[in-house]
Amino acid sequence: MDLLYFTEQPMATYPAKAGLDFGATALMFSNKHFDPKSGSELYNNYIEQYKLAEEVGIDGIMLNEHHNAPFCMQAKANIFAAILAAVTERVKIVMLGNPLPLAENPVRLAEELAMIDMISRGRLVSGFVRGGGQEQLATGVNPAYNRERFEEAHEVITRAWTEAGPIRHEGKHYQHRVINPWAVPLQKPYPRVWVPGVISRETIVWAARQRYPYVALNTSIEETKKIWEFYDSIADECGYTAGPENRGYLIQTHISDTEEKAERNARQFQWMQGEFTGLAHPVWSTPSGYSSPSNRRAFVEFAAGLRQNPRGRTTFEQQVNDMRIIYGTPDQVVKKLKMILEQTRPGILALWGNDGAVSQADSLTCIRLMGQEVFPAIREIAKELDLKSPDEANAPVHLRYSTDLRKPVAAAE
Amino acid sequence: MSIGWSEATLTVAGTNIRVLQAGDGYPTVILHHDIGTLDRLPFYNLLAADTRVIIPTHPGWGLASERAEWMRSVRDIAAMYRMLLAQQAIPKANLVGLGFGGWIAAEMATMAPADTGKVVLVGSMGVQPGEGYIMDMAVHGYLDYARAFFHDPAKFTEVYGEPTGDMLEGFDLCREMCFRVAWKPYMFGHTLPHLMQSLPNETLVVWGEHDKVVPISSCNRIVAALPNARKEIVAGSGHAVDMEKPEELAGLVRNFLNA
Repeated sequence: MDLLYFTEQPMATYPAKAGLDFGATALMFSNKHFDPKSGSELYNNYIEQYKLAEEVGIDGIMLNEHHNAPFCMQAKANIFAAILAAVTERVKIVMLGNPLPLAENPVRLAEELAMIDMISRGRLVSGFVRGGGQEQLATGVNPAYNRERFEEAHEVITRAWTEAGPIRHEGKHYQHRVINPWAVPLQKPYPRVWVPGVISRETIVWAARQRYPYVALNTSIEETKKIWEFYDSIADECGYTAGPENRGYLIQTHISDTEEKAERNARQFQWMQGEFTGLAHPVWSTPSGYSSPSNRRAFVEFAAGLRQNPRGRTTFEQQVNDMRIIYGTPDQVVKKLKMILEQTRPGILALWGNDGAVSQADSLTCIRLMGQEVFPAIREIAKELDLKSPDEANAPVHLRYSTDLRKPVAAAE
Repeated sequence: MSIGWSEATLTVAGTNIRVLQAGDGYPTVILHHDIGTLDRLPFYNLLAADTRVIIPTHPGWGLASERAEWMRSVRDIAAMYRMLLAQQAIPKANLVGLGFGGWIAAEMATMAPADTGKVVLVGSMGVQPGEGYIMDMAVHGYLDYARAFFHDPAKFTEVYGEPTGDMLEGFDLCREMCFRVAWKPYMFGHTLPHLMQSLPNETLVVWGEHDKVVPISSCNRIVAALPNARKEIVAGSGHAVDMEKPEELAGLVRNFLNA
């Protein structure tokens, strides 16, 4: 099992009242509230956290990126991935991931990722995402072509990584007459690609058709099991049997010396008023054309206040009850995670350890306990349950490299 | 006076386009707003009373309109409408463009001036404002954006009624189509003012006094670019002059077209 540490890299030092007064803490919430002195301090705190994560034996560090919002300071995941490539020696650098549609030039992205893979001596996991709706608006990218751009950029990048150049790509959204980067990944055929998501069926289908692991982001146990069931059915259509190596799970988990302290810090997972990506107008987080057409009616009615949020809004207590938020001492956390592993059987487990205004000292304690007490126990449980990571299972990087298909490879592209 | 409207579906470039028609006489094509259009509006009836009015629903705009997946620009819509008129053996027509529809009208006129009669551009998009920006629908809710079309917000409910699921879904579809064809630059083309310089057709440029969607500076640029244009400002109106001051706009348009 791959065991990862994740933080959104929150910036809790912004004036919270200003966000509440404005009614939003994303996209249009003014960056006049961004304090670069605090930003500088926090970025360096996060580097310290990542270095400790390696020191205490955590397998990998998960990175992501978001824009225009205090819930995540990381505006370009490749920057931190490059830093980690240089300042760490062992951990997997797990990018979940680069928002492909935001790339105006996927060839440059392929080059950057190849450099990170080489500098880290082959430790890159190059996850790809569509990017949230607000990211499209923050970067001026057309949300109506989000999925098309995602799939086409993926094609350009994997071709740039695997085909001898110069090659050419004349697509709908990307046109490159000369693709011949003087940097290709160290890992062959290319670095592992994992695909995180919340619940979008199209993304699950796409990931399963590529045979890329799907990492469920803080979904409930029941939702997660439904995701696997659906993924497994697509895998079956493609001729392979999905297993733990195709499944990743991210869970908000804070560990501390005492339960009281752990609870106090775990409440920070709700610091954005319970909204995953900050308070925002619905049309920012789901611009027209971005979401599945099947969700259109429910979404527009929610956006105009005619119905409740179709995704629901849950309290801290509810999230603790359905184990989307876990907190406690190492023993308490291991016990809960064991139940989750037994029920959902992932081969990749990422713990989102610290959020909001959790102090640096408490964050470091959480990471230390995670690496030294929780993860060793989880490794034993994973062995008992036979939960293998993609590497342990020697899983193919992509469907096209499969040697175990029950029938000819279904069209993966 | 009751106006008899007919509805037809015409196929252009592989796409079924819904077309409403009423009235007799010289053909006048009305190009609707970016938020789609209601089928019946007082302004449409007033024009149809003394001319043949043709109102295509932009392809993909709304629940009853088929999307052309391949369409990528406003000029594509203009070319489709040119072909639609040719199919209908309408060699020449006046063009009345409302907001976003003004952009389509200007594209149709500049690509075929000889096939164009007179042109009316009302709060037209398509030309970059000299000052300010065209309101970005992407950062506003569906109803907030539609209400911003009116100087008097109460007028929105008077025209559209209370919000319904169909109304909102229609707005979302229209919005997605706008993104597909006019995302960047947002709601204007850099080349249009240059093409306008050689458009000889008589053009009336109408603007609502309180247009919050397209700044008045766009109006001034359009009038400056066109060799044969004059402008009219409608007092007390927002962007949707056709819905907020239908009688005033119909009066201006009829006088202009009939002169």
